Amino acid sequence: MTTRTEMIEARRPPDMRRGAVGWLRANLFNGPLNSVVSVITMVLLAMMLWPMAKWALIDADWLGSTREACTGEGACWVFISARFETIIYGFYPDPERWRVDIVLAMLTLLVAWLAIPRLPAKRWVGAFALVGFPIVAYVLLIGGHFGLEVVPTREWGGLMLTLTVATVGIVGSLPIGVVLALGRRSQMPLVRSLCVVFIEFWRGVPLITVLFMASVMLPLFVPTEVEFDKLLRALIGIMFFWSAYMAEVVRGGLQAIPSGQEEAAKALGLGYWRRMGLIVLPQALKLVIPGIVNTFIALFKDTSLVLIIGLFDLLAIIRAGLTDSNWLGFATEGYVFAALMFWVFCFSMSRYSQYIERRLHTGH
Amino acid sequence: MQRSSTSERGPLWRDPAVRALVIQAVLLLALLGFIAMIVSNTLSNLEARGITTGFGFLQERAGFSIPQTLIEYSGDSSYARTFVVGLLNTLLVSAMGIVAATIIGFAVGIARLSSNWLMAKLAAAYVEIFRNIPLLVQILFWYFAVLQALPSPRQSMSLFEAFFLNVRGLVVPAPEPLPGFSATLWALLLAVVAVVALTIYARRLQTRTGKALPVFRLGALILIGLPLLVFLLTGQPLEWEIPAMAGFNFQGGVTVIPELVALWLALSIYTASFIAEIVRSGIQSVPKGQTEAAKAISLPGDVTLRKIVIPQAMRVIVPQLTSQYLNLTKNSSLATAIGYPDLVAVFAGTALNQTGQAIEIVAITMAVYLVISLVVSALMNLYNARTLLKER
Repeated sequence: MTTRTEMIEARRPPDMRRGAVGWLRANLFNGPLNSVVSVITMVLLAMMLWPMAKWALIDADWLGSTREACTGEGACWVFISARFETIIYGFYPDPERWRVDIVLAMLTLLVAWLAIPRLPAKRWVGAFALVGFPIVAYVLLIGGHFGLEVVPTREWGGLMLTLTVATVGIVGSLPIGVVLALGRRSQMPLVRSLCVVFIEFWRGVPLITVLFMASVMLPLFVPTEVEFDKLLRALIGIMFFWSAYMAEVVRGGLQAIPSGQEEAAKALGLGYWRRMGLIVLPQALKLVIPGIVNTFIALFKDTSLVLIIGLFDLLAIIRAGLTDSNWLGFATEGYVFAALMFWVFCFSMSRYSQYIERRLHTGH
Repeated sequence: MQRSSTSERGPLWRDPAVRALVIQAVLLLALLGFIAMIVSNTLSNLEARGITTGFGFLQERAGFSIPQTLIEYSGDSSYARTFVVGLLNTLLVSAMGIVAATIIGFAVGIARLSSNWLMAKLAAAYVEIFRNIPLLVQILFWYFAVLQALPSPRQSMSLFEAFFLNVRGLVVPAPEPLPGFSATLWALLLAVVAVVALTIYARRLQTRTGKALPVFRLGALILIGLPLLVFLLTGQPLEWEIPAMAGFNFQGGVTVIPELVALWLALSIYTASFIAEIVRSGIQSVPKGQTEAAKAISLPGDVTLRKIVIPQAMRVIVPQLTSQYLNLTKNSSLATAIGYPDLVAVFAGTALNQTGQAIEIVAITMAVYLVISLVVSALMNLYNARTLLKER
């Protein structure tokens, strides 16, 4: 009788269902039609991507600070780097730019704190972001207090202005949207119909006409002696416009909460605001975080529209640079860079929204 | 034990009905006060600036020209005419954008579900790139970076020596109907009526007898065959005017202005990225059991797709698709950034600057978009009510 003391070594699987070849066979070349499609797509992709990479990276000019640095066939990114400070700060006076730096740093910190689920004290940080931070940012950016020099808003611009408009839009439209959503579900007919009319009006018109209205009609609505800042006018328009969209998102969340929740709260003797604030809204808002973030993305993209009423946001600053007589003919570089900047912000927000969606889906 | 109901109800301010009444009364008063304040401010402001209100300006001579007009228009036309020209231009670019965005969007959306990894990833990349770049940036990119970089008319790029692309736009052959062409148009109309009748008849026949007619093939045959037959019988009464270089520019043909091309490209590509996502989620929303059940009763693959999957996916797709169409129409107002003469550019732009009638013009412009939105949403609600999942 023989006894084996060693195991027979495991054999490799007999076919090509594993590894790189197997992956290719399963995903690109399963069947004749798919193989043809794959090959054609690859060829087209290579034909498209190679010239793009050649233009944007390989043949591009990166170093220098003047027009003379642009020599090659490819893109001239010197156009961007030469005016990078303007793109970030706009016409904000040079010695005062540390104020913008502080506000931007605070904003980054707050957003990061609120976005990372593991960090504690969300409620207090959130309250500070909604109430404290706007005051600090206002005092720092405008100046006029504590010996800070006044910087009028017409000197604001670039990324800083884009972020200001986006932040004010977000911070302003969320609470107004919540109130509108609650009003739309109110039992009181007057309150309900007012909210419906308000929401449907803003959702029915393009943002451009809202900005036109804010810039030409709003000054007519207030007494002559009130001087209305151009930026403030745009901000009011943007806030109202997006609060209507926010209201519809929040309403979706409110409708998803079973009425038993509110009835139970009623049975406990809680009043309307406590029922909403403690029971219904926390559940509803959590449910629609992805929708809220998507509205933020849309809002962020649409901040570029302030260009049309003559504010110098990120896009407008780059566009203004294109008309500089020393730098004619760099439209492609300018717009590609603008697109990239906006894309980075929007793409990270959309990724974050997907991440939150996955996190919220753990229950079932 | 009996208690009087008044003592049970407690003080008056605790009564929800009374409270609701008071709140609404206060709200109404505040609202009326607010409106009164705005109206009085506006009136005194207008008086101070010497602007007369009213819609009389609509009859005045506009005095500026518009590069693209679908109806007769000159500098002598009235502001009312300007409004119509702008509105038609808005509707033109919206319609073109809707068609193109739907085609691209459905193609990309279906490609995202492809079993081919490369196709799926490519479609995903398309969606992620284009929906995360602001539309305005895309419009400016197409207009200034691509179309303004095209060669002059003399060095036009051409296709079959009939289509020309240059910095002044896209020049295409223009159809020139000869007498007798109207017969073809009538035949087309007749064919449409016939196809509608055929569809209704086929549906009734199927409910009554269970027999299915090849509606799609028959319909296509009628729709193409009848007008073509009439066209050939009447001796092909249509000529194409081929554009040709004359001096510094093209003569003949139709010139599509670059502003329209840029706006159309940007609107279609941007909106298509959203439509693709809608199509994908719509198809994915049909449970797998539906296809499996269809297979179990041995329905052929194309019938399963046509009668089981698509109708159910459409219920999810159509409402969102409509809201994208509305968005596209509203977004076409960004035309003003590159000077395409749409409603906002010529009416809320040039006409407003010339007349100073800010309130009237902005109100009219907003009302146009509002009416379009409300009408489309009303139609959508009807559709939703009809296709609502009927639970028994």
